[in-house]
Amino acid sequence: MSTTTIDSHTQAANSEMSIGHFLSTYVFSRDHKVIGIQFLFSTLIWFVVGGLLALGIRWQLAWPWSNMPVIGNMLFSAEGGQISPEFYTVLVTMHATVMIFLVIIPILAGAFGNFLIPLMIGADDMAFPTLNMLSYWFMWPAFICFGAAFFCDGHGAAAGWTSYPPLSAMTTAAPGSGDAQTFWLLGVTFVGVSSMLGSVNYMTTIIQMRAPGMTMFRLPLTIWGMFITALLQAFALPVLTAAGFMLLADRLFGTGFFLPEALSVNNSPMASGGGQPLLWQHLFWFYSHPAVYIMILPAMGMVSDILACFARKPIFGYKPMVYSICGIAGLGFIVWGHHMFVSGMNPGLGMTFMVATMMIALPSAVKTFNWLGTVYGGQVQFTTPMLFALSFVSMFVIGGLSGIFMAATPVDIVIHDTYFIVAHFHYVLFCGTAMAVFGSIYFWFPKMFGRMMNETWGKIHFTLTFIFMNGTFFTMHILGAGGFPRRLADPYHYPTFSHMLTMNQFMTVCAIGMVAVQVIFAINFFYSLFWGPKAGRNPWHANGLEWQAPSPPGHGNFDFQPIVYRGPYEYGSPETDEDYYPQTMPPKNERPEPA
Amino acid sequence: MGRVWSILFLCVPILGVWIFVAAMNDWWPMSGGAYAFGPGQWFPALDVSEHVIDHLFYLILSLTGIVFIGTGLALFWFLWRYDAATNKDPVVFSHGSHALEVIWSIVPAVALLFIAIYQMDAWANARMRRPTTADGAAKPPLCRVSGRQFEWRIQYPGEDGRFDTPDDLHVLNDLHVPVDEEVVIEIESMDVLHSFFLPNMRVKQDVVPGMRQYVWFHPVKEGVSDIVCAELCGWGHYKMRGQITVDSAAEYDRWYSAAYAEQETSEFVPSEGEE
Ligand code: HEM
Ligand SMILES: [Cu+2]
Ligand SMILES: [Cu+2]
Repeated sequence: MSTTTIDSHTQAANSEMSIGHFLSTYVFSRDHKVIGIQFLFSTLIWFVVGGLLALGIRWQLAWPWSNMPVIGNMLFSAEGGQISPEFYTVLVTMHATVMIFLVIIPILAGAFGNFLIPLMIGADDMAFPTLNMLSYWFMWPAFICFGAAFFCDGHGAAAGWTSYPPLSAMTTAAPGSGDAQTFWLLGVTFVGVSSMLGSVNYMTTIIQMRAPGMTMFRLPLTIWGMFITALLQAFALPVLTAAGFMLLADRLFGTGFFLPEALSVNNSPMASGGGQPLLWQHLFWFYSHPAVYIMILPAMGMVSDILACFARKPIFGYKPMVYSICGIAGLGFIVWGHHMFVSGMNPGLGMTFMVATMMIALPSAVKTFNWLGTVYGGQVQFTTPMLFALSFVSMFVIGGLSGIFMAATPVDIVIHDTYFIVAHFHYVLFCGTAMAVFGSIYFWFPKMFGRMMNETWGKIHFTLTFIFMNGTFFTMHILGAGGFPRRLADPYHYPTFSHMLTMNQFMTVCAIGMVAVQVIFAINFFYSLFWGPKAGRNPWHANGLEWQAPSPPGHGNFDFQPIVYRGPYEYGSPETDEDYYPQTMPPKNERPEPA
Repeated sequence: MGRVWSILFLCVPILGVWIFVAAMNDWWPMSGGAYAFGPGQWFPALDVSEHVIDHLFYLILSLTGIVFIGTGLALFWFLWRYDAATNKDPVVFSHGSHALEVIWSIVPAVALLFIAIYQMDAWANARMRRPTTADGAAKPPLCRVSGRQFEWRIQYPGEDGRFDTPDDLHVLNDLHVPVDEEVVIEIESMDVLHSFFLPNMRVKQDVVPGMRQYVWFHPVKEGVSDIVCAELCGWGHYKMRGQITVDSAAEYDRWYSAAYAEQETSEFVPSEGEE
């Protein structure tokens, strides 16, 4: 009798607790894994938004001023179903903003950084779990601001993702220059706050919370990438935030940081003056150049881990890899001016920036050669994550090499603000980083959710994405060399570019294909989430600490105290009979004989 | 299956090279006629004097091309050769090689420094060494181009050689320059950022409000081409199109007098506020 009373009592207590319990476990969770997964889902949703905006751009470039099938009449009924030039500038601005600030940066640092850092260094959570939770919840004001921008006058900010003043500073400059631009600035600021909170946490966690034996030079390269990224964010972000507030002040309080004397825009004269539009460009790129490394260093790390695991041999040149990450980050701070070669900046300064930029190609080259060295002499297993990682290497070469053209100042005169630039950053960010992200999702999915994703569908997804992606972006180099400018709603208006229409149609067809095949990924992802085969702790026979924890890891991550004996890349070591050698496995002579 | 994947990756260098070669030689099925990708060239036609920039582009293209092909083939070969399904050799248990790291840091460093130093002169010519007149003074601008949402206002200084005097010639979106002469142009903006881009002349310069800048080039062929705005300047950015005509000296003078005569009869004087 008494037992039943107790039982019903606890049950009642449980159901009372359940909403609070639900909220604290899944919504306002302080557990780094839940936060990582929250980031993952949010960013993937914005990825869809960004992709659809890209299709809008591509539609206009392939069939300018034509009615969009089906959705055209729903979205642009006022224009008779076609994209207006005003909306086109919104599309390029919002596509880029969403992809950079709401997809690539938060998916790397927020989703993978959060999920992997404590697991890979053998900690039970981040150093500051509440701060960590806040870093996710500060993304929501950003989501809301960017979302709200779409519903303001002009249906979105329209000054480009670089938001150069005076265009972005004057509320009268264009239809999207009113509230939409203000929301845009606030949104970027909130993303910045979120990243700052994250970066303090990552730095402290990596420095303070490593498991016994986990020296800095036994850290997986993923962690090195995340660590240096956090440093970059900590040093560069305050500059962007300050610049953002100055621009807000110019817009809202009539200051003139970025506005020179005697301007008249759209026939309304501006009162303020005494400022310099170039100042914004210096401040903006002082953050946003390092930001491109924020968008690639963690991806480089994750790719290194995947490559070593499926080549079944150690990473080639671990220390040079670490040093080149640091080198890229260090040089990354002194090359921002290469975005400004034709901006009107002193051309003498251009030479300095040019040499520094050339030098930044070096550590990237070293990394590429080391990845090739890693595959050399291995036992390559062509799993889905491996294919994505290999494609990262193959595509990063293209993105890196095209950078050299732009670093050469005289050549940049021609290709600046043409599709050559668009080709370059899509090779780095989409063909590179986004591919690494896909690979990492396939790779760490079993750890995140305890189930495997389907390999066959993964490979189909990979192959189609790879083909369509190159179809979309490779030809952009050719357009760019021909001078085809970016951000023009109708480039064919110029006889110089009118013959490039067919090429653009080809690219648009590929882009539609590329976006469409992501449905395969989405289905595979959600199906596997519920019905995928159960994964054990270490389905890939990998070495990292995260693979020694249960899948998915419970609260506090490890069900034993991890002690680290070696680096993470001891695959194929002659010291053991297996082809892998987990970081936590004691060396043979210290291992107790099985009884 | 490893074979299939290695070949997929082999397609990257093969197709990559094919696309570039095809575009350069105009076999490219989608180039739509020879307007710009004329035979043997893919840059916009009608070039400035010495093709320095095109030459530099090709130089970098060949250097990067070697690396692109080299790494592509290496990746292909490693994937083909070391496929776990067919390769039964034990893995090469190696943590790296100091000698190799040194080699593949130094060789690219030398190549990159070479490019950097080699092209400095071209940069100086394009941006720092403004053409001079016979007596060594900086050559005065032929005209002033002002960017304004969404048009190019062009102002020739007239007989007295000074801007903003009554004998100035004002034209809209229609720039004429004489052939075979170093042309200096003063550029400025009346509102937001624009970028003065002459694809055929290899000239590009952002037009910054509050700054006065000079660009120069040396046209060697007569012809007509586009002035493009290359910096996002608002919703009408795409239609901010001008036209540049390279005339023979005689034709240039004829055009100038005709345009001037027309201006005097039509009494087009831009209102003060818009100067
Ligand atoms: C479905 C895939 C994608 C397609 C089809 C696509 C297409 C495009 C196009 C056509 C432009 C040119 C806009 C212009 O005219 O300037 C553009 C711009 C841009 N895209 Fe993407 N994109 C895709 C994915 C991505 C991803 C993953 C990123 C990640 C960072 C990204 C970042 C950017 C950026 C930064 C710009 C510059 C926009 C500007 O300011 O001009 N894109 N994209
Ligand atoms: Cu313009
Ligand atoms: Cu423009």
